[in-house]
Amino acid sequence: MKVALFGGTKGIGRALGRLLAEKGHKICLLGRNPEELLASSNDLRIRGGTLHTMGTAICDLLKPETFAPALASAEEQLEGLDTVIVTAAQFGSQPELETDRERARELLIVNFAHTVTFCEEARRRLLDRGGGTLCVLSSVAGDRGRKPVILYSASKAGLSAYLEGLDHKFRSKGLKTICVKPGFVKTGMTAGLAPPPFAGEPEPVARDILRAIERGTPLVYTPAIWRYLMMVIRYLPRFVMRRISF
Amino acid sequence: MARQTTPMLSGWGRLSRPGKEVFSEDLKALSQNAVLSRGLGRSYGDSALPPPGHLEVATTTLADRILSFDETSGILRAEAGLSLREMNRLFLPRRWFTPVTPGTQDVTLGGMVAADIHGKNHHVEGTFGRHVRAILLRVADGRLIECSPSQEPELFWASVGGMGLTGHILEVAFQMLAITSPWIYEARETVPDIETLAAALKDAAPDWPFTVGWLDCLGKGRGILVRGRWAEAKKAPSDPPPPLSAVTVPFELPNWVLNRWSMRVFNIMTYYVQGSSSGKIVHPETFFYPLDKVRHWNRIYGRRGFIQYQCVLPWAGGPDAPQRFLDVLGEQRAAAFLCVVKDCAEEGQGMLSFPLPGISIALDLAVDARTQTLVDRLNETVLAPGGRVYLAKDAFTREEHFRGMEPRLDAWLDVRKRWDPELRIKSAQSVRMLGDSA
Repeated sequence: MKVALFGGTKGIGRALGRLLAEKGHKICLLGRNPEELLASSNDLRIRGGTLHTMGTAICDLLKPETFAPALASAEEQLEGLDTVIVTAAQFGSQPELETDRERARELLIVNFAHTVTFCEEARRRLLDRGGGTLCVLSSVAGDRGRKPVILYSASKAGLSAYLEGLDHKFRSKGLKTICVKPGFVKTGMTAGLAPPPFAGEPEPVARDILRAIERGTPLVYTPAIWRYLMMVIRYLPRFVMRRISF
Repeated sequence: MARQTTPMLSGWGRLSRPGKEVFSEDLKALSQNAVLSRGLGRSYGDSALPPPGHLEVATTTLADRILSFDETSGILRAEAGLSLREMNRLFLPRRWFTPVTPGTQDVTLGGMVAADIHGKNHHVEGTFGRHVRAILLRVADGRLIECSPSQEPELFWASVGGMGLTGHILEVAFQMLAITSPWIYEARETVPDIETLAAALKDAAPDWPFTVGWLDCLGKGRGILVRGRWAEAKKAPSDPPPPLSAVTVPFELPNWVLNRWSMRVFNIMTYYVQGSSSGKIVHPETFFYPLDKVRHWNRIYGRRGFIQYQCVLPWAGGPDAPQRFLDVLGEQRAAAFLCVVKDCAEEGQGMLSFPLPGISIALDLAVDARTQTLVDRLNETVLAPGGRVYLAKDAFTREEHFRGMEPRLDAWLDVRKRWDPELRIKSAQSVRMLGDSA
């Protein structure tokens, strides 16, 4: 595969990039910090043990004007493009976002409006090339509005709805859209939070995501148990949701 | 409702105290103002626990990128949180291996430098520090200092084996070892007592890069001598070693499960089952990391927790010094499990590096009310002939005993003071044993 990976310097994206590199795929890392991109692309190159050059391109979710040039640069460096993966996003806990309006506004823009804008750019390019795979990390949080993550949930709910619609419309034209809904995963993003039961590690989550990409599964919960946990949570009556703090 | 409780943290021996790990991929940010760095928490005692009055330690495990690897020279540079398990997974099939490995792969590169780890090949390769080419340190005043045997050599050698107390180790560059195949050729034989074992270890040293002894110190004192070397390419399987499965101890077992009698049965079984073989090819993980096959094996000691006591007795102390040590163990009626004996050669350049020419003895002891007395007695026995204990394992040694064992301590403290006059970087161990203020 020729993969543009947006957000591959950290967390789940880092684990996924390593898995792809070890399987011999060509990767162009997209991100905002050039030093981080270089360090991570070196890591992937050494782990891959191949002579593939791993590319890098500057891309910032806060700056939509970087999206098209970054994807164009990735296409050029990879001499083609068949897979775009987005793992980049912001996270903020509810108390933090309730007090800091600017942070809240930024998170909503980054996680929803700008992520969708990036995906639109990726969709056009992949369709121009005859199709491919667009794999985006949403979250189980988007499945139900919950007290501890109201704004974050809302941004991910919007993203999940967009990804589902995209898959319905374009799969027949060759573009597979994959919506990944990770549960709680122990990464730098969640480092300040106490891990709940069923918290996952980035490596197994990355394996689940790669399997979904290979099979073209449109919706994947990972770790898998979160599919059933969220099924229960989706059907909890409102009077229960109002009482519990989960 | 969830109650507010103080988070607890412990080393591998599961003796816990208030503490909390803080994680980040960005070690440069994480190490700013941190009191101590921690890797995978495999030191047994309180080396990687925060000092009293502090709660948070900076855990490096998310910072695990390989920064460069030169296929011709074999020099690898990586962030400090890279685990040995990951290095082995990536590099064993490519016929590169760490020049020195401890008995578990669940350690980080930063921890390997901080403890200046040694292995079964100490008589050939020395400690890990000998192979380190450079480290990037965040020192107490916030500066980032690249140091090596030629650049800030004092800080470098104070940090090799310095238990992370001279600065936070952010990056490590070291020389990997090219190997003939990723498989091990191993031979075993039984020995009647520790004196024979010590002599056999010395005899085997010129021909075998890896030697280790195992001793049944609860029963008759007999043991097993294990020798190994990298298999020749022609005689080894052509496939790389497959991943091994592991079993997990799912929860803390009751304290009574591991007692004198169950340990004796285990030791007798080990003696007969693993006692001798004339030579065979074995999986490198089976050879180097037999205990890694049981995940969370520290839970078998139950709630009470345990310590590993590891000391080195100099050859200069005479051939009967090891037996005297075992006699003290017997007098104290200590139930010591898994006694491992190694041959140590020249002292390393690390200012607090553990090994010195002699015999190293390591044993696991469940903690109870008598542990402090036992460790005191053992320390006196070790101190007399000029031996010392291994900081990465220690949880009970008194300041005066450590000072007695460590003539190099004042020189090391001088270097540390120069880089950290206010002693901002410290650990529970340094407060307990080096007299740092809490």
